[in-house]
Amino acid sequence: MGRNKSDLIIFVGKRLLQLVPVLFGVITITFFFTHVAVPDPCASWTKARTPAAVQQCRITFGFDKPLLIQYWTYLGNLVGGNWGENSVREQVLPAILRAFPETLELVTTSIVLMIIVGIPLGVVAANGAGRWRDHLVRTFYLSGWATPTYLGAVVLAVVVGPALGLPYQGAFTSQPTFPERLHMSVLDALLAWNLAATGDAILHLILPASALAFLNLGIATRMTRGSMLEVLPLDFVKTARMKGLSDFWVLYKHALRNSLISTTTVLGITAGGLLSGTVVIENIFRWPGIGAYAFNAITNYEFAGTIGVVIIFAIGVVLANLIADVLYGLLDPRVEWR
Amino acid sequence: MEAPGSPAAFASLTGALRIVRTWTRRLVPATRGFIRVMRANPLTLVGFLMVVVVVVVAVLVVAVPAISGAIGGQRASILPYDPNYYPSPCPSRTIQTSNGSYETCTLPPSLQHLFGTDNLGRDIFSRVLAALPLDLAIGFSITGFAALLGGVLGLVAGYWDRPRTIGGVISALILRLADVFLAFPSLVLALAIAASLGRGTIPSVLAILLTWWPYYVRLVRGEVLVVKHLPYVVAAKAAGVSEVRILFRHVLRNILEPIIVYYTLDVGTVLVTFSTISFIGIGVPLNVPEWGNMVEYYYNQNLMGLAPWTVLAAGGAIFITALAFSLLGDGLRDVLDPRSRRALVQAAVPTKVTAGAAAPAEA
Repeated sequence: MGRNKSDLIIFVGKRLLQLVPVLFGVITITFFFTHVAVPDPCASWTKARTPAAVQQCRITFGFDKPLLIQYWTYLGNLVGGNWGENSVREQVLPAILRAFPETLELVTTSIVLMIIVGIPLGVVAANGAGRWRDHLVRTFYLSGWATPTYLGAVVLAVVVGPALGLPYQGAFTSQPTFPERLHMSVLDALLAWNLAATGDAILHLILPASALAFLNLGIATRMTRGSMLEVLPLDFVKTARMKGLSDFWVLYKHALRNSLISTTTVLGITAGGLLSGTVVIENIFRWPGIGAYAFNAITNYEFAGTIGVVIIFAIGVVLANLIADVLYGLLDPRVEWR
Repeated sequence: MEAPGSPAAFASLTGALRIVRTWTRRLVPATRGFIRVMRANPLTLVGFLMVVVVVVVAVLVVAVPAISGAIGGQRASILPYDPNYYPSPCPSRTIQTSNGSYETCTLPPSLQHLFGTDNLGRDIFSRVLAALPLDLAIGFSITGFAALLGGVLGLVAGYWDRPRTIGGVISALILRLADVFLAFPSLVLALAIAASLGRGTIPSVLAILLTWWPYYVRLVRGEVLVVKHLPYVVAAKAAGVSEVRILFRHVLRNILEPIIVYYTLDVGTVLVTFSTISFIGIGVPLNVPEWGNMVEYYYNQNLMGLAPWTVLAAGGAIFITALAFSLLGDGLRDVLDPRSRRALVQAAVPTKVTAGAAAPAEA
């Protein structure tokens, strides 16, 4: 085990292999929970509710077969690339693949916001540890922590949005006329070179992304503060100060660089929290992403959709952790790949 | 009951004294530690006081009617109104809009109704208070069960982890299972479970519990892996103390601190997550006052624009309670974690001095 390129490749390969049993477990657990608790969702799906229609629906979706056979069929289809259908017989996989980039756009934007706002706040707090600056910053990020996702989103959507004149519903004001190649609103508008739509898309992104960022800000700030507190008393920081370097230079060039390493890993762990947050936030802001999709699938007992979302989320969480681990190793020369 | 002065009574008296003495011996340093924690950071004290107030009010809400009922006579209550009582017809106010005027029972906050009334004319202050014991109990119990279950599994996985033994296999299984649950964004799994089990308090509690324990497995295992190689554990082993006794008396006792800190922080997070499930409409039924379902109901009745106090009172209650536990837990962590404690003390004092002293020397 060492730090060669081949070690890195083996490390990444091993971690990707571990994804297989995790996904299998995730799929199995979700499948049995949903199917055992609601053995027959057809009654709530069919609008007519005539016995014949319900029976027809049962046969179409295979709910009349034994559970283990349903499970086996589902797994077989999944391996073959068929993720099942929702209650109106639309394929789940294309819908999920359409919705996921939108969520990726939202989550990436809020991670950028978290870094831009959260890390300097952590530095400020650590530099004034135990003083009022520190208390203020901590109250701020703990407030984000203690705010229920929906409350933050509702306040932003109903109070802040109208007050600032920012749009708070959907990704565009009107249905875009250009092709949505990537299903990421801002990039699509840019690719079509429609600057008005790009501006519109950015404005639509601000509120949901800030809601998501504010609620998870604490993780970045707290980690930066914690690791800065460890770095600040070290000799090299004292040396930098004694050389007469300005506070800014000492903090951001010398100290922050060495404390960023642990912050990186934590941002990977945040991915789970951010994805969970999208379920509520996308629903309130009518963002056409996978969170809103998950919400509808779950509340309509659409099992194929629910399991599909869970698979995508699980892959997202595991990959985010992997990326964070690789970054950590690249940043810290002491880490060995194993 | 023995006669006073008999040897048996004397023995039990000395026994009781010994217990009192042991406990004071333990409590005095604990109190000193507590004072140290509170002095290190006023925010922690704020959090602690908020937690105390919240818990005392919750106990009063439950205990006052129960005790007054037991003593006999009228059941008293500290709630100003019955949380589910709505007068009919309710006192209303008139709203002027561009296409006419209409009546609504939502009265803004006043001295009679501290947080105003809702669309049915119910007193919101009473409803928020009535929900407090339930929400707090849910927060404490979900976190408690998760810590217990995850903690025991973590102890096992950390202590008996030698490969190719029965313990090692069990540990590996526990960790794999925890990995699977950690890969779920917990809210999504909780939602799927709660939605499948149907609306109710118990299903939503179960749903969160199922997604919450793996964090404690990770936490406890990590701590055990460090502690079990320390000299005093090795010494106990050499002295022939049984494995289980070592695990609970020597290992567990010394990793309690981080678990307690994490638990405190976690109560707030659980409260927030639980209320999210309620908000989505698959948690506590609407006839039981609960903060999450109050926000859901009022928001879905479009009261946010017309009578924002309805949504904000319930949401604010969750926020304040969660903030209280977060402030307390975050402050505890700062002081109890030895690495950041050292840093906190050193960073707070000498940096300014060095910076100030360095400047003239350079000039």
